[in-house]
Amino acid sequence: MNETMFGDLSGVREGLAKVEYLADDGIASVVFLAERLGKPVLIEGPAGTGKTELAKSVAAMSGARLIRLQCYEGLDEAKALYEWNYKKQLLRIQADRGVDAEHEDWVELQDDIFQDEFLLTRPLLEAISAEDKVVLLIDEVDRVEIETEALLLEILSDYQVSIPELGTIMASQIPLVFLTSNNTRELSEALKRRCLFLHIDYPDLEREKQIVLTKVAGISENLAEQIARVVRSIRQLELKKAPSVSETLDWARTLVLLGIENIDVEQAKETLHILLKYQSDIEKAAKELTVEA
Amino acid sequence: MLDLLSGFVGELRNAGLPVSLTENLDAMEAVKHIPIEDRDAFKYALAATLVKNEQHWRAFETVFEVYFSLRGPEYNVGDEEGNGEFDPDSLEEWMSQQMQGMGGRGGGQDMSAEEIAEMLFRALLNADEAMMAAMARAAVTQFAGMEPGRPVGGTYYLYRTLRNLDLDGMLDRLIEESSQRYDGEMTPLAERLEREEFENRIEQLKREIEAEIRRRLVADRGVEAMAKTLRKPLPEDVDFMHASREEMANIRKAIQPLTRKLAARLARKRKHKRRGPLDFRATVRRSLSYGGVPAEPRFRHPRPNKPELIVVADISGSVAAFARFTLHLVYALQSQFSKVRSFVFIDGIDEVTHMFQNEEDITNAVHRVNTEADVVWVDGHSDYGHAFGVFWESFGKDVNAKSTMMFLGDARNNYHSTNAWVLKECQKRARSVFWLNPEPRSYWDTGDSVITEYSTYTDGVFECRNLRQLEGFVDNLA
Ligand SMILES: Nc1ncnc2c1ncn2[C@@H]1O[C@H](COP(=O)(O)OP(=O)(O)OP(=O)(O)O)[C@@H](O)[C@H]1O
Ligand SMILES: [Mg+2]
Repeated sequence: MNETMFGDLSGVREGLAKVEYLADDGIASVVFLAERLGKPVLIEGPAGTGKTELAKSVAAMSGARLIRLQCYEGLDEAKALYEWNYKKQLLRIQADRGVDAEHEDWVELQDDIFQDEFLLTRPLLEAISAEDKVVLLIDEVDRVEIETEALLLEILSDYQVSIPELGTIMASQIPLVFLTSNNTRELSEALKRRCLFLHIDYPDLEREKQIVLTKVAGISENLAEQIARVVRSIRQLELKKAPSVSETLDWARTLVLLGIENIDVEQAKETLHILLKYQSDIEKAAKELTVEA
Repeated sequence: MLDLLSGFVGELRNAGLPVSLTENLDAMEAVKHIPIEDRDAFKYALAATLVKNEQHWRAFETVFEVYFSLRGPEYNVGDEEGNGEFDPDSLEEWMSQQMQGMGGRGGGQDMSAEEIAEMLFRALLNADEAMMAAMARAAVTQFAGMEPGRPVGGTYYLYRTLRNLDLDGMLDRLIEESSQRYDGEMTPLAERLEREEFENRIEQLKREIEAEIRRRLVADRGVEAMAKTLRKPLPEDVDFMHASREEMANIRKAIQPLTRKLAARLARKRKHKRRGPLDFRATVRRSLSYGGVPAEPRFRHPRPNKPELIVVADISGSVAAFARFTLHLVYALQSQFSKVRSFVFIDGIDEVTHMFQNEEDITNAVHRVNTEADVVWVDGHSDYGHAFGVFWESFGKDVNAKSTMMFLGDARNNYHSTNAWVLKECQKRARSVFWLNPEPRSYWDTGDSVITEYSTYTDGVFECRNLRQLEGFVDNLA
């Protein structure tokens, strides 16, 4: 990459803050480095900590187009990379036959139907062949089978795609690539080797408070601080699922709606179901908050 | 710089981190873009290129702190080139520089214990981080009693420093002070949150003190020696039998993905055997290469069958520590496999499947197993033979060609009869039979261990003392 996208390191942090994403040192450094080295970033961490949001925000701050490949079990080449539009191809075959049935030349026909015109571009190919600035988000990559990961390797290391009928398509520019994972399974070593690794954990108290202040309209600093403290307290318990940042935000919005300025135990208990999803967790947290430390 | 980096990477490898050549090259490239003076960013840049597993972060950080603790604006001892060499003579001088660094506050060395305590109190109360760091340094100078060349570990110095600071008393004072400042009566919730906030700051102070001690030890002994002293096993190498509470928590977290992998492995094994139904779309697509003739039929992947798993686990005293882990494994397995049946035994055996079912809280499940499971027949000392005999009598009929069986235990049978024929029967009927043994291989068949007698009738006995070995077992199933 010849021109640099965000100037220096602090430029990354500030740029992200402008699009309402609050990064810490680790996040900012890795994003900066990704652009400098032209390497994909593999982001891992608990649910709802801003992994997907980071990719979106980087696209927003740099005015790039976001191309997203949502992964799921059973995702294959045809949905991720490209697919021949076989209906259109069949039609062409039929049409050709109609016109000139006697002189049907298979080789010619084949040349004819394996062309751009019949190619359905899927997100990966789209990102590689883009002329404009793009950010490619490969979301929840841990959901695809390990065999499917292999599909990604060529793209992530060489920024190119090989299509047997057409040859190799190379990227005219290196797109910024983000892969996210909830770590439901171990990703292959080959994939990890090609990426910069970024673990995004729950934010610390100060950053979570800032996120709340940025994202929740009409909230006071005092309430944001209390929210961040209660959430931190709950995260220290051994739970089935700790509250995520999105849940913190939902809770904050609810408290604002209810016109609460100082959280007391009763209000906290009544609204716990917004922070926690499992009944056993809710009970545990309610019990903990009631007893004095 | 490159020398320093290669020494650093070497130590990461010594600590067991798998750093590949590409990653090493990436790191060398990365540091060209991020100056070492920006210490945090520099650290994250190295981590992003060298550490691809969150579980290895702690190990990485320790090595980083040792290798780069004396670099950066505040602690620039060693030569400017930064080749990792330290002049031992400069230590005294450096330490006194440290003291002057706190300049204007009475020259450090002269500060009394009371003065340090008082300034620390203010710093903690106001979350004044710069002052906390300065006081951490002062406290180490004053209380740790560090002398160059003394062969004493960091924990000793830490202990001496903390004992003198009386941080528990400090915590009480902080809470007292802040509740007086609070306007109105503090609710129990508010008090709890306030306490946690101060606890947090004190934790931060402790880390600061630890870091300071480490810096001085590094300056005294050199990076290699210190790195070696601080080396700890990676989470995947921690022995289940001797895991600390914290290590156990890490192990628990890692089990879930592993069992998922195990589930996938077992399911895939069957997938290869059969073909699914015809995939019409794919067949037509393929037919294009043959001029529209469906010459090569394509098939869908068959739906993988949920395999049946039967787990039989020893929870006797000799494997008590292992059993803690075993029960977590069983719990995780039950969430992955729709059909798991779990049995635990000592000299009697009992089915505990239902105790794990619909139980959201693993601690409850483990508690129920420990209190309700009927596993003692005579005296509560292992009797594999008797337990297996009862198992066969009551549940043998449930073992069939779909079952995969996993036995977990050390096969220490107190010289009872083994009833190995039960395993033989199991192997005849089941799809496969595996055994995981938490003992080091070198102990097998010594004393009352009868593992080989059982192993004859299994598809493999695996040493399973840490996560790496468990993962190895899972990978082996492919
Ligand atoms: N650093 C941050 N700054 C601003 N908002 C944030 C930040 N982190 C998280 N959020 C908010 O939290 C929400 C959840 O984030 P996101 O969807 O990116 O989580 P995720 O890590 O991708 O979760 P999952 O693993 O469930 O996909 C976002 O809508 C965003 O508003
Ligand atoms: Mg996401």
